[in-house]
Amino acid sequence: MTATLEAAAPLRADGPAADAYRRRNARLRAASPDEAAAELAQISTAVRRDILTTIQAAGMGHVGGDLSVTDLLVTALWGALRVEPADPGAPLRDRFVLSKGHCAAALYSTLASCGFFPRERLTGFMAPLSPLNGHPARLKVPGVETNTGPLGHGFPVATGCALGARIRGEDWRTLVVLGDGEMQEGSNWEAAMTAAHYGLSNLTAVVDRNRLQQGARTEDTKTLEPLNEKWASFGWEVRVIDGHDHRAIKQAYAPSTTGRPVAVIANTVKGKGVSFMEDRVEWHHKVPTDEQVALALRELGR
Amino acid sequence: MTAVAEQAPTYDCRADFADELAALARADERIVAVCNDSVGSSNLMAFREEFPDRLVNVGIAEQDMVGVAAGLANAGFIPFVSAAAPFLTGRALEQIKADIAYTHRHVVLCGQSPGMAYGELGPTHHSIEDLSWLRAVPGLGIVVPADPAETRAAVRWAAASGTPTYLRIPRFKVPAVTPSDTAFTIGRATCLTDGTDVTVIAVGTMVSRAMEAAKLLADEGISARVLNMASVEPLDTEAVVAAAQETGGIVTAEEGLLSGGLGAAVARVVAEQCPVPFRMLGVPAFAPTGSTAFLLEHFGLTAQGIAAAARRTLGRA
Ligand SMILES: Cc1ncc(C[n+]2csc(CCOP(=O)(O)OP(=O)(O)O)c2C)c(N)n1
Repeated sequence: MTATLEAAAPLRADGPAADAYRRRNARLRAASPDEAAAELAQISTAVRRDILTTIQAAGMGHVGGDLSVTDLLVTALWGALRVEPADPGAPLRDRFVLSKGHCAAALYSTLASCGFFPRERLTGFMAPLSPLNGHPARLKVPGVETNTGPLGHGFPVATGCALGARIRGEDWRTLVVLGDGEMQEGSNWEAAMTAAHYGLSNLTAVVDRNRLQQGARTEDTKTLEPLNEKWASFGWEVRVIDGHDHRAIKQAYAPSTTGRPVAVIANTVKGKGVSFMEDRVEWHHKVPTDEQVALALRELGR
Repeated sequence: MTAVAEQAPTYDCRADFADELAALARADERIVAVCNDSVGSSNLMAFREEFPDRLVNVGIAEQDMVGVAAGLANAGFIPFVSAAAPFLTGRALEQIKADIAYTHRHVVLCGQSPGMAYGELGPTHHSIEDLSWLRAVPGLGIVVPADPAETRAAVRWAAASGTPTYLRIPRFKVPAVTPSDTAFTIGRATCLTDGTDVTVIAVGTMVSRAMEAAKLLADEGISARVLNMASVEPLDTEAVVAAAQETGGIVTAEEGLLSGGLGAAVARVVAEQCPVPFRMLGVPAFAPTGSTAFLLEHFGLTAQGIAAAARRTLGRA
């Protein structure tokens, strides 16, 4: 029963880790682009390792999408946005929303790396009564701005955040990460129109373009291409990048200079970093065996 | 320690759903399947293999999915829309109302993995509200089979019914409780265990637990009737009234929200026509995280929980 009670304990900031985040983050901001990219890559590798062991402990998870989105998440929370792990509700913080909420393990591992809560708590992922359930819940996990999991929710909420900042005359930003399969939900295109209509230059929408969804490739399920042109025609400034190149990601996350909201199309690989998972649809939510985890960790050795 | 009781085999009804649907499709060219990137989770791989042109996968787009199904019905097809229950019902609720029910389209909405089948994935993925939401849609049949045979019978019935229907397909494994040649009749409850002291009215995953509860109660000298109310809408009002009159107390059990589900439907009949002691078992609020079995235990949705509610109803707590 103790495991369950532990799992039920509320999550609070990890003080020392949050302090370390503040110092390292300040260095990262001051570093040269190449230095920053190298350091972000290091953090991403550590986060990928945590994702694997977290899913191993839970015996469940969406490993493919987690590994695909890791670099986008790490660069957002370590390299671009202003967040305060020790004070996750600070009113002027930048807002980060993971709209593809099934990749909670990636979000939790990244939040823990920043000190939003103790890294040891990752082992409680999806345990009975755990605050770390399979999809991020705002009331349970510090650093989660809004509940996601049903696809097509995060982007409209993020648009509302950005609009709120605009109305209040405050200069914090909102960044939302979407799945490419998720772009098949109509609610996203409604949000895209709203954001463009209001000229929300304080909003960045990032599409994790790994070309796979749950059951098949996106283009075999429901065509998204020409995706860049779609965003552009909806009134967005479009930036197309390699979603595993930390330097490119950091650049693409820079605020808009055109007065329009920014769409980052990040070309990624589902299962990135683990050879036998890369670009394989079955790893959407297949769970690696202990041997496969060991092999994957070796591949991710630093 | 008593000897471990022999465990009855249990079944994931999605397999029977898919198998029966394919059998129907072989016999009737109008049967098509519509889904949302859910070919695997709906168990429709074999269907797609056999009828590649008759499986429409609209991608991750539930409102589109239900609207497209309405259009296919307009064109003369009988669409079986199959998707995870929370997204099918919640996301497309207005399409279900306007395009399917109010338009009276013969579309079968198949909610997969309902209740707390996706336990660990959390409340966004639990479908505890579906019965409440859909009971609020006039003209929509609501069918909750209890086991594989009843799932097959309900699929066959729905294909022939000519009316809009919601079929709630259990994923959490259930034992067989109905005979293999069982027939499904809309608006009719089936009495699985007769009794005289109290009646348990259950649906889906709760039916076998209600039968176990009846055994526990029998050991204490309490004679419990078990009704399988697979037809939640229309409800078998006569069976409810007879149960109230003949057994004097009613307990309902469902893997779903207390507000507005099976219990609420039965409560209305009891309150209006035959007031007797009455208790509802179900889910009171957003559930925590945990496996389905853990959550059923957590909310007292077990044979012991049902038996305890029956005792309280009899004033024997
Ligand atoms: C509204 C809704 N419909 C269906 C699902 C089931 N689902 C979970 S993940 C997924 C595929 C998502 O694909 P994508 O957005 O490309 O994410 P990634 O491949 O990066 O993991 C689906 C269909 C869901 N979570 N929400």
